[in-house]
Parts: sequence; C-alpha cells; structure tokens
Amino acid sequence: MSTFIQQLINGITLGSVYALISLGYTMVYGIIKLINFAHGDIFMVGAYIAYLSVTYLKLGLIPSLIVAMAFCSVLGMLIEKFAYKPLRNSPRISALITAIGVSLLLENLMQIIMGADSRVFPRLVTEKNYYLFQGKIVVNNKQIYLLIITVFLMIILNFVVKKTKIGKAMRAVSQDMDAARLMGINVDTTISYTFAIGSALAAAAGVLVGLYYNTINPLMGVLPGLKAFIAAVFGGIGIIPGAMLGGFSLGIVETLVSGYGSSMYKDAVAFALLILILIIKPSGLLGKNIKEKV
Amino acid sequence: MFKKVISGIILIVFLLSMLAFSFASNKNVIKIGVDLELSGAVAQYGQKELDGIKLAIEEINQKGGVAGKRIELVVLDNKSDKTEAQTVAYKLAVRENVLAILGPATSGATKSASMAATKYKVPIVSPSATDDTVTVDERTGKVKSYVFRTCFNDSFQGNVMANFALKTLKAKTAAIIYDATSDYSKGLLKNFKATFEKGGGKVIAQEAFGKGEQDFSSILTKIRDKKPDVIFAPVYYDEAGLIIKQARELGMKLPILGADGFDDPKVVEKAGKKNANNVFFSAHYSSQDTDKKVQEFIKKFKTKYKQEPNAFAALGYDLGYFIADALKRANLKFDSVAKDRERLKTALENTKNFVGVTGVININKLHNAEKSAVIIELKDGVQKFKQKLNP
Repeated sequence: MSTFIQQLINGITLGSVYALISLGYTMVYGIIKLINFAHGDIFMVGAYIAYLSVTYLKLGLIPSLIVAMAFCSVLGMLIEKFAYKPLRNSPRISALITAIGVSLLLENLMQIIMGADSRVFPRLVTEKNYYLFQGKIVVNNKQIYLLIITVFLMIILNFVVKKTKIGKAMRAVSQDMDAARLMGINVDTTISYTFAIGSALAAAAGVLVGLYYNTINPLMGVLPGLKAFIAAVFGGIGIIPGAMLGGFSLGIVETLVSGYGSSMYKDAVAFALLILILIIKPSGLLGKNIKEKV
Repeated sequence: MFKKVISGIILIVFLLSMLAFSFASNKNVIKIGVDLELSGAVAQYGQKELDGIKLAIEEINQKGGVAGKRIELVVLDNKSDKTEAQTVAYKLAVRENVLAILGPATSGATKSASMAATKYKVPIVSPSATDDTVTVDERTGKVKSYVFRTCFNDSFQGNVMANFALKTLKAKTAAIIYDATSDYSKGLLKNFKATFEKGGGKVIAQEAFGKGEQDFSSILTKIRDKKPDVIFAPVYYDEAGLIIKQARELGMKLPILGADGFDDPKVVEKAGKKNANNVFFSAHYSSQDTDKKVQEFIKKFKTKYKQEPNAFAALGYDLGYFIADALKRANLKFDSVAKDRERLKTALENTKNFVGVTGVININKLHNAEKSAVIIELKDGVQKFKQKLNP
C-alpha cells in the first residue's frame, strides 16, 4: 500500500507538469483550432530563460519564474504574429506544418546559442525530505512546490477565463470567430493574449521541471510536448478542466505503468491511450458531442 | 568577354591552389582523422578527449613529429549519433584520405563507425568504447581487423564491479537499472550479472529505461520495495546524476555502483554534493594517482586548458601518443595511403608495453588493451581513489 501511495505521489508530480503544458495547448486549440507543436519548445525556452536569469542576474525562484513567464509570453505572441497569423485563412494543415517548423527552429536555435549539451539547473531551494508513516512514504519539498505553483496558476487561469473581460472575449472567439468580430471583439488581440497566457504557463512548467530534475537541455520539450498533447486530447481538447484532468491522469498512468510493469512501456501506453480515446470518445473525457450545424 | 576572362582566371587560380593544397597535405603532414562526440547527449566525453588528443599531438609536433612530418588532425563532430558517426568515418576515410581515425568515444558510435572503417580499410582506434563487441564481430566471433581500442572492455569492467560488490561491500543482492537503448549499458549489465551470480549473489530486480529518461522515481520506488544491498547502474553521466539524486530523495541510502560512465563532474552537479555519497565506480584513471607520469600530465593539461583533466582527457592524451608510437614503428613509405594504412594496422597490432597516463597498454589478439582499472568512491561529491585492480 505504501508503495502504491509513493507511486501516486510520483505520478502527481509528473502529472502537474503535463497539466501545466497542456493548458496552453488546449487554450490555443480551443480558440483557433491550431495544434501548436511549438508549445513544448516554449516550455524549453522558459527553462533556459530561468537558468540564465538565475546564473547571471542571481535571481531567486519566484523572480526568475516571473522573468521566464514574461519572456515566453512575448515570444508566444511574436510566434503567433509572424508564423501563424499570416496563415489564419489558409487550410489548417499549413498552420500545423508551420508549427512543426517553428518547433524545429526553436530547438536548433537553442542548440546553437546554448550548446547541445545538457546543463545543470541551479539549486534554488534547499532540498528537504518529509517522511510519513514511519519513513515508508517520502515527500520532497520540491514536489510540494511543484504542486502548489501548478494549482495556484490554474486557479488564476480559471479566474482570468471566467471573470475578466479578456476571458469573456476568449470564450466568445472560441465559439464563433466571425460572430465575435461582429460583436466588436478584437479577435487578433484576443488570440495574441491567448498565446501569451498559454506560453507563460508552458514557461512556468519549464522552470519547475528544471527545478525538479536539475537538468535542462534543448530537446527537453519534445517528449513532454507530445505528452501534453495527449493529455489535452484525453481530457477533451479545448476544455481547460479537461487539460488538467488529462495531465494528472496521464502522469499517474505513466508512473504506475513503470512502477508495476516496465519503464519501457510507459510511452507506448501513453500513445495507446491517445488512440483508445480517439476511437471510443473522440471529444475527450469531458468533451460534449456537439453536432455541426449545416 | 571581359567577364569570361575574369572567371577563367579565377577558375585557374582556384584549381592551382587546390593542387598546391593537395601537394602540401601529401608531402609534409600525416593526416589523422578524429570522429568524436563534440555535441549532443555525451558531448562531455568527446570534448575532453579532443582536448587530450590535441595536447598530445601538439607536443609530438613540437618534438619534430613523426618520420620528419607533422601530424595534422582532421576533426569532425558526430553529434553523439550512431548514424552520424558512420558518415563522419566515411568522410574521413574517403574524402579526407586520413591514415587512421581516432574515436568515437562511445561503444554504439564506434561500432557503426567501424563499419565504414572496415569497408575502406582504415585503422580506427577508440579511446573509450568499452563494449565487448566493438572489436569482435557479434555473429562470427572474429576480430574486426581494423578496429582497436586503448581502454579496457566491459567484461573486465563488469567483473571488477561485481567482485567489488561481493567482496568489498559484502553484497548478497543487487538491483540493476540500465538503458535498454545503449550497447554500453546492456554489455555491462550482462557481465556484471554473470560474475555477481557466479560469486553467489542474486540480482533481484532488473529495470530498463529508454533514451533520454529523466524520471526514475517510479522504478526506484519499485526497487526500494525489494530492499537490495546495492544498485548497479551502468549508465552515462546524465542519467547517473539523476538516479543518485532521485534515489537519495526517496530515502534510499544503499551503495550505488557504476562504471566509467560515472566519471564526470556533472554527476555530482546533478546529484548534489549532499547526495553524492556511497557511490562507487570503475574508472580508467584517478587524478590522485601518485605516479609521476600522471602528475606531469595533470600539470601540462592545467597549463593549457586551465582546468583539471578527467579520465577522458587522459584517455585522449594517451591515444595521441599511442597513434604516434604506432606511426613511428609502422615504417611508413608514403607511396600510397592504402599501403600505409596496412603498415599502420600491423604496427597497432604489435603494440607491447606502451606506457601511458592511464596505465601500461598491451594490445591483445582481440585488439583490446590489457590494462588496470581503478575504483573511485564519491564522498560528499569528491572523488576518492579507492583501489587499483589489475587484469
């Protein structure tokens, strides 16, 4: 039993990272129906920005987290403006291919600037272990930070989407872009904001991963990016609570697979899950079946 | 008309300079290729080895080179990629016409590079590919005629660590964590397991992971449940640091054993000084070795690069002298590259009692180097020389 709980803790830690990344995925998809494959690489850029601001500006955890989030939200907006906006009225496949191109661009650019070798992320918090149930279960303070920051950011996001004007505009654009435009909503600005918020969340995830594993490298975004995509589809793409649910469940499933089966199968299981959900319930766990109006 | 004349002149000048270049490179220098991991997942190995090789070749050239000629290095990066390593070996052998190829650093890359080397009959010498099948064909069991190494192999390294676990640490049970995508990791696993079980120990868990894995907490939790006496992790430095850290964070205090893949400062940086305790690994060399040759090398390396050399720098340095030694004995005639490669190959095969920084090297029938290994312990992140073991 204690092993199971320990594995559950490992899974929740991994899951909160997936959840944070997939929130950005889902928001962008929900609004402009674009699968932003560059999202995982923004996550990587976030980790590097935090690394640089810790090493050269000697910032602490929270300030470097804010710097990384600010930088990446600007980066996300720029990418949207230069790579996706000119293609807004083109077939959806063009934007998808561009997204893959942007992803490769970011990866290779970072390899040129920072080198392909992995780097050690500085220790920003003193590590501390908490032992529960006579030492059978160990919780690390970094795991607690990871969970607290993730939940905190999700609450803020929820507030922004539900209560603010910009959130209202986002919801309107996601329902019908043209109708929203007719109602006087500035669609371009709304999309820009969506990219900014989504990228900031990815950056936060990058910093937290750097903090948790102590390691960053220019290709660190590739697999988590794909996993976050699976998580978003699993929970229902375009639905924010769905992304959270998908992220946490994917993290837990992966951990249990490697804990009770073999670590070699966990990626396979993640992708099998994607295929299964697409066959059984293509709209995702929390998705509703909406009939297309003809 | 004018344009044509100009372009004609440019063309002629270009061709002449090409000719001059090719003459120059044939007459006064011996070209040696370098195929190393200078970027990518294990870039640390390649970069350090290149530092060592460059230092050695510089010294040799200052002393007048070999057979009155300077040694010229043609350095190409294989990006820590198996396929790229083969392409690089091909380029060096065919386009650059080198006499021999030094590198790659890792076993998988060396194996694929050696295919190109065998095809074009160029001697290739790896300073640190420890997998058993690097020099011997897996299927036929025959020695690959053009492939050599100047380090010990994994059967030796696996044996050393298994015996260390059994005799020094008195371990009865062991858990193994290995990278299922790495030849190095799988080779060591096999040899460790065989010796450990032959000596009365028992391997109670064997956990595989895939390339680029960062999260080992779930497999470590599983291992923690089975309560082994030691963990053996035949992995490279990137994973080694993470495994040590995550194991200690789960409250596991047992000894963690590794092989030469652990020999990098990044292991301690990633694991954290506090966690890097009770860790043992086999290595090619220790900077705490009091041997005069070792200390002299450390001094020279520090003057040139302003940092401590690690084992890979030492292996690279030895490789530079090793190839120069063979070139001297090879009786090169510079009549044709193919014939000189053949002469060099024979000289490499006959290397006996070559004294290097990492020990005395004898090349045996399997093209392996017979030499000693050291065991290093990490204590609060500092490497401590533990024991020296002979073959």
